[in-house]
Amino acid sequence: MLRKAWWKVLAVAMLFYTFIGGFLGGVPEKPILNESIRNLYFHVAMWFGMMVLFTVSVIYSIRYLVTNKPLDDHYAIEYSNSGILLGVLGLITGSIWANFTWGSPWSNDPKQLGSAIALLIYFAYIVLRNSITDLDKRARIGAVYNIFAFAMLFPTIWILPRLAESLHPGGMGNPGFNQKDIDGRMRIVFWLGAVPGWTLLAVWITTLRLRVKIIEEKRSEHA
Amino acid sequence: MLEIRQQYTFYGILLYVASTIFVLYLAMGQPEVEIWNGLFWMIQLFVCVNAVAKSFLQEGRGRMLYFYSIAGAKDFLLAKLLFNALLMIVMTLASWLLFQLLLGNAVQNALKFVAIACFGGFGLSLVFTFLSAVAARAQQNAAIMAILGFPLIIPQLLLLMKLSNIAFSDIIQGSLLQIILFLAALDLLIIILAVILFPFLWKD
Repeated sequence: MLRKAWWKVLAVAMLFYTFIGGFLGGVPEKPILNESIRNLYFHVAMWFGMMVLFTVSVIYSIRYLVTNKPLDDHYAIEYSNSGILLGVLGLITGSIWANFTWGSPWSNDPKQLGSAIALLIYFAYIVLRNSITDLDKRARIGAVYNIFAFAMLFPTIWILPRLAESLHPGGMGNPGFNQKDIDGRMRIVFWLGAVPGWTLLAVWITTLRLRVKIIEEKRSEHA
Repeated sequence: MLEIRQQYTFYGILLYVASTIFVLYLAMGQPEVEIWNGLFWMIQLFVCVNAVAKSFLQEGRGRMLYFYSIAGAKDFLLAKLLFNALLMIVMTLASWLLFQLLLGNAVQNALKFVAIACFGGFGLSLVFTFLSAVAARAQQNAAIMAILGFPLIIPQLLLLMKLSNIAFSDIIQGSLLQIILFLAALDLLIIILAVILFPFLWKD
């Protein structure tokens, strides 16, 4: 299913649409934000993609504990790797954005802290895995921690920021951004182009990495 | 469990609490209310890492096998959770008394603060008990413990600090009940997850 080409073409098309529609399309005029509102297509979409990938990773971790197939564990780690990549990019794009709108790239805002903590949790996942040499044990303990960490991630980035004062838009309701700040033109590009586009691209990267990993494993088995 | 067999570890932790707070006293004197609160929770965190983390890290292989043969994974874990929670509450009370003695009486509403501190200590001990079960399986487990634990505990700690601020003044915050409910739900979630996931760690 994942080897079919159509969704890759779709991903590229969506991203082209995001770039063209995002940079040339109309945006509402807002004070302070001005044209930087276009960063929404990149920054916010990164976080959506990260959440999707982490969720997929947890599903594979649960599957690993049930089935005990090494392949499920490969899926879990590679999806969380790509999730981390999107998270780091989200943090960087956010910092660039904050530099223009809030005056400095890092201002110890509750939401910046929340996302930094979330990334630390996943870095810990990688460190934990690398510290265990036995492959089978590594996979099992990694899966257990991944599930636990995901459950603890929710309060960090979904609930905690709502309780605190923040510079970041979207204080009440959605913690990520304020629905009222964007208009219909932006909504189409965002939901049809940016969010699925970036997510699919990350899935594509993941499947490529997985294929390399599986080939390497086969080679080391024969050698 | 471990602490009853090896009583010196219990007194060791108690001494650890006492000496840390004494060093703090020498360094800070009698700090402001907010700093007092922050310091108190940081001490709680470190006490928890040191006291609770031992529960799995210091059990020998042979003894684990012995426990495995006499008790189910669930009972074993629940016993550990309960014991560590009690231990942590004792430690919380001890460090609260020492804070009162050395760093000054900053708390206006003592009863409220003790209740919150015990509640917080309970939550911290749950998270670290489970993480010590995870870390006991890895190499260099003391370092792994800190790496795994600190990011996971930050949200809980922040909420607790916010919560305990109410004991320092008479102002009542509207979101108070919400925070307490949320923390209680989080504790429950940790217990459930620990019970479900622990058997996978246990088989070896």
